[in-house]
Amino acid sequence: MGQFAYFPHTEGEVKSMLERIGVSDLDALYADVPGEYLRKGEYDLPEALSEGEVRSFFDSLGKKNVPLKVFVGGGCYDHYSPAVIPALLSRSEFLTAYTPYQPEISQGTLRYIFEFQSMICALTGLDAANASLYDGPTSAAEAMMLSVASTRKKNRVLISDGLLPQVVKVVETYAKYHGVELGRVPVMGGQTCINCLRAELSKDDVAGVIVPSINRFGIVEDHSGFAELIHAEKGLLIEYCDPSALAVVKSPSEWDADVAVGDGQSLGIPLSFGGPYVGFMAVRSEYLRKMPGRIVGETVDRDGKRCYVLTLQAREQHIRREKATSNICSNESLMALYVTMYLSLMGPEGLRKVNELSSSGAHYLHDALLRTGKFEEVFPGKPFLKEFVLKPLTDPENLRKKLLEAGFFAAAPTEEGYVSFCVTENRTREEVDALLAAIEEILR
Amino acid sequence: MRYYDKLIFELSVPGRSGYSLPKNRFGAAPSLPDGLKRGTGLTLPEVSEVDVVRHYTNLSQMNFGVDTGFYPLGSCTMKYNPKLNEEIASHPSFAHLHPLQPAESVQGALEVYWNMERTLSEITGMSAFTFNPCAGAHGELTGLMIMRRYHELRGDSARVKVIVPDSAHGTNPASAAVCGLEVVQVRSLENGRIDVEALKPLLDETVAGIMMTNPNTLGLFETEIREIASLVHGVGGLLYYDGANMNPLVGVVRPGDMGFDIMHLNLHKTFSTPHGGGGPGSGPVGVAKHLERCLPSPRVVRGKDGRFAVESSSEDAAGQVSGFMGNFGVILRAYAYLLMLGKENLPLVGKYSTLSANYVKEMLKDVYKLPIEGICKHEFVFDGFVNDGSRDGVEGATTLDLAKRLLDFGFHAPTIYFPLLFHQAIMIEPTETESKETLDAFIAVMRKIAAEAAEDPSILHEAPHSTPVRRPDETTAARNPVLKWKNL
Repeated sequence: MGQFAYFPHTEGEVKSMLERIGVSDLDALYADVPGEYLRKGEYDLPEALSEGEVRSFFDSLGKKNVPLKVFVGGGCYDHYSPAVIPALLSRSEFLTAYTPYQPEISQGTLRYIFEFQSMICALTGLDAANASLYDGPTSAAEAMMLSVASTRKKNRVLISDGLLPQVVKVVETYAKYHGVELGRVPVMGGQTCINCLRAELSKDDVAGVIVPSINRFGIVEDHSGFAELIHAEKGLLIEYCDPSALAVVKSPSEWDADVAVGDGQSLGIPLSFGGPYVGFMAVRSEYLRKMPGRIVGETVDRDGKRCYVLTLQAREQHIRREKATSNICSNESLMALYVTMYLSLMGPEGLRKVNELSSSGAHYLHDALLRTGKFEEVFPGKPFLKEFVLKPLTDPENLRKKLLEAGFFAAAPTEEGYVSFCVTENRTREEVDALLAAIEEILR
Repeated sequence: MRYYDKLIFELSVPGRSGYSLPKNRFGAAPSLPDGLKRGTGLTLPEVSEVDVVRHYTNLSQMNFGVDTGFYPLGSCTMKYNPKLNEEIASHPSFAHLHPLQPAESVQGALEVYWNMERTLSEITGMSAFTFNPCAGAHGELTGLMIMRRYHELRGDSARVKVIVPDSAHGTNPASAAVCGLEVVQVRSLENGRIDVEALKPLLDETVAGIMMTNPNTLGLFETEIREIASLVHGVGGLLYYDGANMNPLVGVVRPGDMGFDIMHLNLHKTFSTPHGGGGPGSGPVGVAKHLERCLPSPRVVRGKDGRFAVESSSEDAAGQVSGFMGNFGVILRAYAYLLMLGKENLPLVGKYSTLSANYVKEMLKDVYKLPIEGICKHEFVFDGFVNDGSRDGVEGATTLDLAKRLLDFGFHAPTIYFPLLFHQAIMIEPTETESKETLDAFIAVMRKIAAEAAEDPSILHEAPHSTPVRRPDETTAARNPVLKWKNL
């Protein structure tokens, strides 16, 4: 056997360790395994590559992807990501640590999670946040379960049709297996319909209602009166938010929501083909002990020094097992650090500017597309920020395909046959103009 | 490690900033209606780029990672995280792909999924994998959803129970509960293995399946696996394999060959991707042939022309468990590791991890109580000190004391007080990437601490002595939770 970079044992060391254990060879360490289960012969896998060969392998694989200018959102946004973040994120003290079980040597992780929780509370206006969850859609599913666990004998949760399709699908899946009955609240005129909500609430069985702060058409929703209706039925109002936009749109606490969830990806995390991202959850304090996931709290040590620990663990699986509030035993810690550094660098003003720049670009594109005469407004006058839909007066599939050939990912089709566009501050005026020129060329 | 006592909020100076954004070249956007605008202030730090760099560098210096030193945390497989993986994951032709991009523009990314699915299937003896779960516990939940979906598709709605051994990871019963299944516990024998006689009366037509960890959380191979598989399958139940302990079996034994129908892997344990302080991980779920149709959506498929596509939904699928197709960046890292490893090194992962664990166990079992003798796999469990130093008026040293004392010597602590079968459990997993010198140094320190405990346990009660903070007051933290910066 040749030496492999990740295995430090030499042949001599292996021999002396085996001797100390009192067995003849490595195979003897598996003497307790019934022989029929021991794999005989080689695995049908490639031979080991060198670092250089692995690099070339991924270079050629990468060439099979087509580099595109991204003009689509759909819950994942191509926002500016400061250079500082990957540089610090790669510090191995952050990267190669486990969950902070030993607080004495994990104050770095614990402290940034505490900062993350604080920032999520600042953005949402709610009382307490957890250390993060897998992604936006699963955080919505966790919120659904939290609402059922928090309300007595109620087992129905309403979800808005304005939620992103991936959020709806994940919530439906969790609901099915967790035994939660789901009801749908339609979107009318580009906005979750309050009258439909009122009708659904009349049965006194609703534990929670999940609505999008900004819906899948990019429209900033008006939730006036929602909390009143839902609270009158003793249900929870759950806001699904784009945290980047919370710098400028009404916060969950201003809508009098009980729970806020969403995906932190829009806070500078690279698209990375869908993950890793980071879900978040914030709640009013009365729901704190029903919250899933890790939570970090401030305390003092033996010498009175301020420090941080994992806390409220009595909710968790390693203590409560099947009675735990959730099965989650980790968080997306490194991505929470990503978000924490991003929000530190941006500050309140930077985040407002990101929204302003994105919205300016999106409105510029929106108005220019309407001027081509090949698109119609779907929800005239409805307010949007970086994302919007239009009705194409042409075959959307052909448009999407031709744009792809021209190097753009734009005009993503919705289930209604609309096409969706998104502009972030990462898109330059030249890129938007080039997209417009390409569209005019295609539609000529 | 040096104590550093700042929060980023406390460095804030109004008017300072750390971003760089372009000028607006589009003209002003229309303002939102007042009723939709944020009306309250937004308290975020206002700091410069240098402030951020120094603050987080200081924070990092209060952290211990695998790159800092030995991390023998049982059931967590804290092996070395190769640096090449990081480089590959940040490759620009992968890092900027939008998950909704049409398949024709992401053929390289889809090929990663396809190849990883084949690779993991070969290593585990399963037929197909989904990569959509973002963590091990998420994989468990997904696997149980697949289990329920399978029974449902056969029109069998009576199977509401899942059997879980008393030695199981806490996530097993918790995942079962989230999945709407009733948990039935089966006890372990004195020798740490599942009690087959106790299992038999639990088996009937209401059992959806059994969740097993093999080797179990004591690091012991479940030698009766053949009978267990035959009994559970005999009543129509399925076998779920908790892959948290897959490391010793890599390249040696395949769960599929032992009769498991569903399993999850932890790419962040077995396949070397970094734990990141708690995540992101990746918990792919593998299934046997007859369960393939129940895998959750979306899924990568390959057409007759060899081109890859994404099947966004299918009628028989268990549903959708995450936003897209899981933590792609983590999957890339694990793929790079497997390519480096190759088929010739694969069996040594399992064998060397088992070698390391048995070596440490043999070298320490005279000073730490070993409740169950014999060969272990990648990890083992001690039940406290042989001599904890307790005598009249002197309280003995506990497992917690040992854990804290280890920190003084530059080692991470093992997993403690788990599994719940013992009162003073110390669960040690050394992994295959640690040298004999490292193991010997750890052994020497463990022996020194055992001698200290026997002589003067107060040294241990007072530990740690050299860390930035010492034994935080966890009771107060839970009683009066302070979960955000006080000035918010």
